[in-house]
This record gives sequence, structure tokens and C-alpha cells, in this order.
Amino acid sequence: MLEAVNLGCVRGERRLFANIAFRLAAGEMLSLQGKNGSGKTSLLRMLCGLTPPADGEIRWQGQPIALLAGDYRAVLCHLGHHNAIKDELTPLENLLSAARLAQATLTEDEALVALQRVGLHGREALACRYLSQGQKRRAALARLVHERRPLWILDEPYVALDVAAVDMVAGLIGTHLQRGGLAVLTTHQAVTVNAGRIRELSLDGDCQERPQTQDGRCC
Amino acid sequence: MLLILRAVIGRDLRLAMRRQADLVAALFFFIIVVSLFPLGVGPEADQLRRLAPGVLWVAALLATMLSLPRLFADDHRDGTLEQLALAAQPLAIVVLGKVVAHWLVAGLPLVLLAPLLGIQFDLSPDALSILTLSLLIGTPALSGIGAIGAGLTLGVRGGGVLLSLLVLPLYIPVLIFGTGAVEATVSGLGPQAHLSLLGALTLGGVFFAPWPTAAALKVALE
Repeated sequence: MLEAVNLGCVRGERRLFANIAFRLAAGEMLSLQGKNGSGKTSLLRMLCGLTPPADGEIRWQGQPIALLAGDYRAVLCHLGHHNAIKDELTPLENLLSAARLAQATLTEDEALVALQRVGLHGREALACRYLSQGQKRRAALARLVHERRPLWILDEPYVALDVAAVDMVAGLIGTHLQRGGLAVLTTHQAVTVNAGRIRELSLDGDCQERPQTQDGRCC
Repeated sequence: MLLILRAVIGRDLRLAMRRQADLVAALFFFIIVVSLFPLGVGPEADQLRRLAPGVLWVAALLATMLSLPRLFADDHRDGTLEQLALAAQPLAIVVLGKVVAHWLVAGLPLVLLAPLLGIQFDLSPDALSILTLSLLIGTPALSGIGAIGAGLTLGVRGGGVLLSLLVLPLYIPVLIFGTGAVEATVSGLGPQAHLSLLGALTLGGVFFAPWPTAAALKVALE
């Protein structure tokens, strides 16, 4: 279970948000909303443990993530703004090397199936620099096909994708939630994930006082 | 822990093979800088023999500097560094892997070329072999210490120049003991003391540098 208590974020001189609190149980998804610059990515980076929060605390299974360190990172799958795809490598090599770095067991056949699933069939052996923006994003998202870690943190997963690919990713997230996984994601697109319980959290508005948890909207 | 070390080294070596231009450029830089000295100083053999260790070592330092700015910059730009920082193992282990890979790609070729280039300076076979040995022992320290600088200047504008200013002074002990080993051989004192100190520097540089580097990278990623 992921829990955030009174999170606050300060970037430079500016306070982006304060008093953010939420609790996310197995099978639930948190959809972060907010206009550009409202601190969505900053919040996600805090949840990953990349940025320490200015105030407040994040807990996983009741323990602060700062204490869990490596144990927390082992349950986490993060997909950031950047694709973390090496232009010199092929999608297949990228996927295999990402799996090796994450210490996941992934055979070449499984990797090929994953790439086929994200629609990169026939492009497995092409260096990623020749791929389009959307195809690179697909190559990055192929990780999610075989990813079995319980907590997914996705920053704008639908960006640069076509309609079919957006549905495919929503399907992947749905399956993940059905397996009892947790997901936190930001998006500007209205995409329905047909599984699990979806919570929404808005980072807009006056950040000084109001606690901004808006639970609800079950799908 | 060994698994992730191997994964990082393997990945970096594969990337280096796909980007051979960088590798070759640093090597040719080394060759050209070293070859310019006999041409500039003149063909007097005594003078060249005295110059040789210093020239080869300084050229090796500069050639290593060339490839350092990209040690973390590429991974930072495409988001891979974030993924590496989110690996369950400590980031320092990942950094150690990158340091080893950097040495294999940027340091080892210099060592292999050194005996060939040393011939231009009319070095005796003894001196030549000690020079190569000193480079073999000392160059890993260059990658290790350089990684700290590369981590500290990550994301800084004009980081390349700043990196040289930060790292080159830290290379001075390596330079002194590296060239000292050759001079001690030529003068008949024996290179053991210098080589032992050089080995100590390398062990210190390679195994302690990853921790401050990892701390610097975490700051850069915040």
C-alpha cells in the first residue's frame, strides 16, 4: 500500500503544492491531474524517491520509503518523461538490457513477444534512432508487458502514441490493476482503464491550505 | 550485485562498440599528441628519452579527459540514468560498472598503444615495459577519479572545461608516480616503490570514487 502524508514540493523559490495526501491500496490507480507546471512530474519523482519531499512523508506498506531504499526500488517500475531508450541499440537490445539492469529474467523469446504486443513487430532489429517518436515510446512501454513489479509510476504514458497504442497501454494498466498492482500516472488525455478502482488527485488551485484528496469515481 | 555490475559493463561496452567514432577519436588524439613532441623538440635522443614518460602520461591524462564528459551525460539526457538510479542495488555499484567499462574503452587501448609510441622516444626495452606497466596500473585511477568530476559537472553548462579544472589537479599524484616509475628504472633504483603507490592510488580511486560519484549523481537527478 502506498501512502503519502502532507507532501509538499518547493522548486527554487516557488511552492508548487502543499498538503498532498492520499492512500492507494492494491488494485487501485491514482490519476494525477493538473495544468502544466503544477508539479505532477515533481510529485512522481518524489514517489520514486528520486527527489526528497520538502515536507511530508511517503510510506510503502507503512514504512517510509527513505528507510526502505533498495527494497522500495525493487517493487517500483518507473517510466519517466524520457524514454530511457538508447538510440544506438535496437528495441530488442534495449528491452533485454533494461530487464538485466532490473534483474528480471527475460528470455529473448519473451522479449520478442512483448515487442510484438506493443506493435513493434518487424522493427526489433532496427536501431532505435531510426524509429519515430511514437515507436520509441512503444519500445519504452514494452517493459510494462512483462513487468511484474507491484507499483507502476508512469509519467504521461500516452504521449506520442496513436489511438490503438493508447488502448493497448490502458489495457496493460488494467491487467496490472487486476493482478492487484498499484499504478500512479499523469495524463492530459481522458483514457478509461476498465479495471480496478480509480482515484483522481488534482494539483491545481490554491496550494496553501486545502488538502486536495478527491477520492471517488469508480469505473 | 555482480549481476548488475556485469549488466552495466556489458551494456556500456556494447554502446561503445556502436559509437566507435568517439573511441577512435580519443585514441588518435593520444597518438598525435605523443607524436608531435619528437617533431617539435628535435631528434636528440637523450632529450627525447628524458621527455618520454612525461609526454606519454600527460597525453594519456588528456585523452582520458576527452571521453569523461560523456560518461554520464548521454544516460542523463535519455533518462537511462534515472532508471539506473532506481535499480534496487546502490547507485555506487552501477557507477563502479561504468568506471570499469570506461577504463576498458578509454584506458586500456592507451596502454596497448604506449609501447609502440614509446619507440619514437628511443626508450630502452626496460623503460618501455615499465612505462606500459605504469600506465596499466595507473589508468584505472584516471577513470575512477574522473567519474567524480563527471558526476559533479553533470548538467552544468560548459561542464567540459569545468571538468578538466576539477579533475586534472587530482590526477597529479598519478602522473608523478607513473612517470617516477620510469625514471627510477632508468636511473637504476627500481620501479617497485612507485608502482606500489600507483597501485594504491588505483585501488583507492576505483573503489572509493563510486560513492561520492553516486552522491553527486543523486543531486544532479533531483
